[in-house]
Amino acid sequence: MKALKLITAALTAWVLAGPAMAEVEIQEVTSPGGITAWLVEEPSIPFTALELRFRGGTSLDAADKRGAIYLMSGLLEEGSGEMGAQDYARALEGLAASFSYDASKDTLSISARFLSENRDEAMALLHQTLHAPRFDQDALDRVRAQVLSGLRSDEKDPNDIAGKAFNAMAFGDHPYGSSGKGTIDSVGALTRQDMFEAHEAVFARDRLYVGAVGDITPEELGALLDGLLLDLPETGAAIPGPAVVTISGGNSVIDFPTPQSVAIFAQAGIDRDDPDFFAAYIMNQILGGGSFESRLMTEVREKRGLTYGIGSYLVPRDLAAVYMGSVASANGKIAEAVEVIRAEWQRMADEGVTAQELQDAKTYLTGAYPLRFDGNGQIASILAGMQMQALPIDYIATRNDKVNAVTLEEVNAFAAKFMAPEDLHFTIVGRPEGIEATSN
Amino acid sequence: MIHRFLTAGAVALMAGTAMAQSDGEMVTTFTLSNGMDVVVVEDHRAPVVQQMVWYRIGSADEPVGQSGVAHFLEHLLFKATDNMESGEFSATVAANGGQDNAFTSFDYTAYFQRVAADRLELMMQMESDRMVNIRLTEDDIATEREVILEERNQRTDSSPQALFREQMHAAQYLNHRYGVPIIGWRHEMETLDMEDALSFYETYYAPNNAILVVSGDVDPAEVKQLAETHYGGIPANPDLPDRLRTSEPPQTTARRLVMQDERIAQPYVQRSYLAPERDAGDQETAAALYLLSELLGGGTTSYLANALQFDQQVAVYTGVFYNGLSLDDTTFSFLVVPSEGVTLEEAEAALDATYARFLEDGVDAEQLERIKLQLRASEIYARDNVDGIANRYGRALTSGLTIEDVQAWPDVLQAVTPEQIIAVAKEVLHPGASVTGYLMKETPAEEITQ
Repeated sequence: MKALKLITAALTAWVLAGPAMAEVEIQEVTSPGGITAWLVEEPSIPFTALELRFRGGTSLDAADKRGAIYLMSGLLEEGSGEMGAQDYARALEGLAASFSYDASKDTLSISARFLSENRDEAMALLHQTLHAPRFDQDALDRVRAQVLSGLRSDEKDPNDIAGKAFNAMAFGDHPYGSSGKGTIDSVGALTRQDMFEAHEAVFARDRLYVGAVGDITPEELGALLDGLLLDLPETGAAIPGPAVVTISGGNSVIDFPTPQSVAIFAQAGIDRDDPDFFAAYIMNQILGGGSFESRLMTEVREKRGLTYGIGSYLVPRDLAAVYMGSVASANGKIAEAVEVIRAEWQRMADEGVTAQELQDAKTYLTGAYPLRFDGNGQIASILAGMQMQALPIDYIATRNDKVNAVTLEEVNAFAAKFMAPEDLHFTIVGRPEGIEATSN
Repeated sequence: MIHRFLTAGAVALMAGTAMAQSDGEMVTTFTLSNGMDVVVVEDHRAPVVQQMVWYRIGSADEPVGQSGVAHFLEHLLFKATDNMESGEFSATVAANGGQDNAFTSFDYTAYFQRVAADRLELMMQMESDRMVNIRLTEDDIATEREVILEERNQRTDSSPQALFREQMHAAQYLNHRYGVPIIGWRHEMETLDMEDALSFYETYYAPNNAILVVSGDVDPAEVKQLAETHYGGIPANPDLPDRLRTSEPPQTTARRLVMQDERIAQPYVQRSYLAPERDAGDQETAAALYLLSELLGGGTTSYLANALQFDQQVAVYTGVFYNGLSLDDTTFSFLVVPSEGVTLEEAEAALDATYARFLEDGVDAEQLERIKLQLRASEIYARDNVDGIANRYGRALTSGLTIEDVQAWPDVLQAVTPEQIIAVAKEVLHPGASVTGYLMKETPAEEITQ
């Protein structure tokens, strides 16, 4: 369909030159008390999305208290100040606001959404949540039982089993080597005192990043932040050092009764601030990035019908980077899927990408970038994330230029240097036929 | 409040068609001359558009013995047409920096793309093409059938919870196709062939069976012009069958299931009841059921959480689910995950006793008011997600509702009284219409030797 392609090319040229991103105007706001935030004013809908991120996350757990920060984050909505869990929930419902908490390996985030008409009351409740948690014993026991129930289910989930085994192998004793949710034993032993200590470890101003989007002016945001955050302690627990990544080639097989094996495949990765990061990003898009067009999707799904889904991901965390992917395939087919993936890894190392693939990936990545600025909450989250990665405030306007500046030679030199087929390790959970575990 | 007004001139240009507009939701609707309905939801904050085409056809409309064909066909629509090569559709969307996908349910099949706003015409050109021009090969059929079988492996067969849901559903519906899984029963999926797929396609894929929903940075007058150009020329299918479906007989007998699976670490009990859905012009019963589900199971302050998680501490989680968006009878269901040391029998007994007490106590007026307040606020938050609003229309219009029903729904919810809620609970949740299921770990005596 030639006519179609001509139209495509013409439109593409126009948009790449066009001001697609001009809509996101970020202001840096510094509150009177000295707290910095990035703000996008969006007064058309009478609410605000506020994203607070504290660097460290579950990696700040004390050595013998694995799971304390995760459990603590689950208890923040279980009462504070003079309110027990249900009074607190009723107060929040009465404001039609929502506060949600997420404790990941690098970050504890609080995503808040509140109406303009009762912003002060909502922020007073969030202040109470942050500064006067109760950690009542009955709430602790109740939420702990939920966490333990989840941990028991994780033990029977092929994806969780694979992830756990891979992390233990790759990161050993570093916090990245174990689940931030803790273990049945470690969570079972946590005390109320541990919750207060976890709270002190996490919430501090020296690791805070703020994004806000919505119906709020810079002055209003500054005052809000001072009221909410100025009385946090200056510092918290020390953030651990980098993890040593240990991944060597071969296969691990974990027996599990399921008709379909799941596999995680991985090698060492690349840091977000590495000068080659954009080359890596484009290379991954071509190999296994999130569209139907990737080589892995084409070879494993479209041509051979070996899977419903396959993808690969650069995972540059604060303290270690890996390059990984995942696939699920019937026990009788997973061996062929593994073989095809290994061959694609090798092909990328040997041959790199073609000029056409590079052009298609650039067009996709630059065109898809604006699609993620999708709603106030999502943009607030991006603003906080950009600050954590130390990106400049004008990054959104320059990011597509950085993608477009990468040359074929750069991608292919990078692929030859970076792709390590001999070190690619498969962690397989299921009853795979025709795959032998290798010792590692 | 965002108000969108067309200029008088623009309206006058559309001679012959009425363009209805709802100012509260930035929504414009009209119908093409071939019967294709169009809904436009405007949001001009970012230069992005989403096109969706919803077909009023889903797994519950499949011929007997061909379960899964609606979803199989959905996959096959990404293969070749008269004008595009296999895979070219998604490749073109990607080459324009867009994202595309599709989904199938009991009552609908929908295709969508998200892309920069100025690419809408290209998306319409391609989507209208595959409405009538697909060209399949036997190789497509063979490979893609393997893909959907792997999808079933991944979504269903690898998950005892999903297998249990499938069995609960099958037991709930005595005579209606909702008892058959959307993805299909494996033994029938394995037999799906070219003829099954094409027969389904030719019968149901037509503009008079489709709804175009465009959301984002668009002008309704322009969308109308583009839609006329790309979809308007496709003739309506005069032989489009009515959606005649078998209906449920009176359900008179409580059913009980026990499913044992060695992969279960956390047992639970589920109870579902056959329940009425939202009907055009008649949404009051469904609204009362929705509020009932929120009162009983909507989070920490709900009646069940209060009794079972806080007071008696027999459950680590309780949930109540009701989705009124359905063409035919839907379900109202309870889930209780017992605390450690509490049996499923004890959890079920506690659920029954608690629900009986709820009926005696009646509705807590303050709790109902908080729920209604949150529903009002959710209409403000919803405006931050224009694609969500688009989805709401697509699902409603394929489930037998009208634009007016969608727009009336918030007010219908606000008007529900405590008395209506208790009355509908007593009427709908009766034992004869129930299925109770236990999902549990295999007992050692029954373990299968490998």
